Amino acid sequence: MLIYAVKRLSVAILVAMTVSLITFSMIYLSGDPAMALAGESASQSDIENIRRVYGYDQPIMVQYFSWLGNALTGNLGHSHYLKTEVSEVIFTRLPVTMTLGACALTFALTLSIPLGVVAAMRPNTLIDRIALTIAVIGQALPSFWFALMMIILFGVTLRWLPITGSDSWMNFIMPSVALGYYITPAVMRLTRAGMLEVLSSDYIRTARAKGLRPSVVLFKHALRNAIIPVVSLAAVQFGFMLGGSIVIETIFAINGLGQLAWESILRADLPMMQAIVLVLSCFYIVLTFLADLLNAFLDPRIRVS
Amino acid sequence: MSERILEVGNLTVDIPVGNGMLHAVQGVSFHVDKGETLCIVGESGCGKSLTSLAIMDLLPSKAIRNANTLELDGEDILNVPERRMSDIRGNTMGMIFQEPMTSLNPAFTIGNQMVEILKRHRNVSNAEARDRAIYLLEKVGITAAASRLSQYPHQLSGGLRQRVMIAMTLMCGPDLIIADEPTTALDVTIQAQILLLLAELQREFEMGLILITHDLGVVARIADRVAVMYAGEVVEEGTANQVFNRPTHPYTQGLLECIPIPGKTERGKPLGSIPGIVPSLVGRFEACHFADRCPFAMDSCTDGNIALRPANEAGHAYRCLLSPEQCAANAKTKGVA
Ligand SMILES: Nc1ncnc2c1ncn2[C@@H]1O[C@H](COP(=O)(O)OP(=O)(O)OP(=O)(O)O)[C@@H](O)[C@H]1O
Ligand SMILES: [Mg+2]
Repeated sequence: MLIYAVKRLSVAILVAMTVSLITFSMIYLSGDPAMALAGESASQSDIENIRRVYGYDQPIMVQYFSWLGNALTGNLGHSHYLKTEVSEVIFTRLPVTMTLGACALTFALTLSIPLGVVAAMRPNTLIDRIALTIAVIGQALPSFWFALMMIILFGVTLRWLPITGSDSWMNFIMPSVALGYYITPAVMRLTRAGMLEVLSSDYIRTARAKGLRPSVVLFKHALRNAIIPVVSLAAVQFGFMLGGSIVIETIFAINGLGQLAWESILRADLPMMQAIVLVLSCFYIVLTFLADLLNAFLDPRIRVS
Repeated sequence: MSERILEVGNLTVDIPVGNGMLHAVQGVSFHVDKGETLCIVGESGCGKSLTSLAIMDLLPSKAIRNANTLELDGEDILNVPERRMSDIRGNTMGMIFQEPMTSLNPAFTIGNQMVEILKRHRNVSNAEARDRAIYLLEKVGITAAASRLSQYPHQLSGGLRQRVMIAMTLMCGPDLIIADEPTTALDVTIQAQILLLLAELQREFEMGLILITHDLGVVARIADRVAVMYAGEVVEEGTANQVFNRPTHPYTQGLLECIPIPGKTERGKPLGSIPGIVPSLVGRFEACHFADRCPFAMDSCTDGNIALRPANEAGHAYRCLLSPEQCAANAKTKGVA
């Protein structure tokens, strides 16, 4: 188990390094950063000045490592636009996005896993079709359109739920549904396929031959095995959701990282963008690592070698 | 008379397939007494597994089961609610399957899976259940039994896993064990060991045992009674002595010609083979199922279904138009009697 954990951890660190490198080079994607900062009417000496102040005149590797060192100690730079520390802004926004992500994931899993189980128990029946339809609609609808439709129905017409803001838990309902619904089909299908495979396996026949109650056969013996690949998928999908939250947060005017990212793009606030990408990527890497550990916990073949 | 454990009367299993109905098991009857071993032999696809699954009521959902009698310990288990049937399964009747590598759940420890079956059927504490598990693991010849409880199936070899399966099946002290080719997937060197272990446990615990196997050598050593199946039917049934020493049905005779049996088959004698293939079981056909492969087939063999008829000795029956005397003469010329 320890060897496995160390292996996964080294992979995670390697990925994090790669991500940091890519994130760092973002500055140079749009050409000379000093020129971009200085603006169109700047003189050559202004540009040189900026280049020196921001350290853009240093060799690229030196720049990278000093940036990385700063990032590791929590110094993510200075926002060009807000004139504050980037990390400060990010850490006030991060909890909001995490709450949204967690709610969306919870919604997605509580919808898709039972649907997948029910569908697998009665394959190719009406129940199966209905479950599949519910899930596929989630994939077919663009989430921004689905979000707008919900706003019209529950926010404007019925007036049940608030349309914008992130002050109360009520604010999170529609965004979580919009964000989480999008990933239900993938999770539902994987649960269904996993359950179908597991239910026809020899050890389920053994469990039935032992006279175990159907609920024990289903939830202990079958689901425990079928859920293993779902854990990895959920982690990956959570990453997609973090990306998707840019759209959803903007629609619902939620003060999270997604909206901050959108605003920063509009303001060409490069350090802020860079930091957001870095933080979200690291979060995703940590999540994948945790999913690997959870997998090992669920599957003794990984845990006990 | 000894106590009757299982009575099967005219069991049929039909499976709907694309182009009709597959009559996989066609009117199989047999019984098992307390402390008795019944071996079912017959070639692949003749319906042995479906017969045993039908007794356990574990057939695939599309399969249709019918029978005149299906009784365990005198209780009708044909028309019982699933709730009652699940009280019987694993409790008074247990089953051991062919695939030890995949028959245990990979996600749970050996101990968990063994304790679980006893706690399902008996009101015992965890500690008592663990003690029984350790006792039975030792019984099936597993060393360091207590420490095995915390191991996972993937940490054990196939032979050990099958021993665990056997121990698990014994947890509730069943009256009947059905073992469906329990050693086919195992290394040859341990096949006989496991089968003999089963026979030994069966004697010690005075259970009824239905053993399905291709190993005629072991059958000859441990069977009390033998049922020979061919294409969904029992074609011959009798004591091990009767079936091995006075094989009557041409198929049984052919089978004994094909397979060397220690202490019986002469050294140096070439082994036989049965030409032809098993008939399709899709759709009804009213004839002897073995007719087109039988060296003694006559026109009348295809005139209708052939009933099981008594041979010369009590308890010995076969399904053929030839008289017992003709069959005995055939066996002589083939050198299997
Ligand atoms: N689920 C199923 N669907 C369709 N046909 C089946 C199914 N299970 C078994 N059969 C068919 O029923 C017949 C009897 O199968 P069964 O498994 O009982 O044979 P068997 O005697 O146990 O053979 P083996 O020695 O190979 O285990 C075979 O022809 C098989 O193809
Ligand atoms: Mg079989």
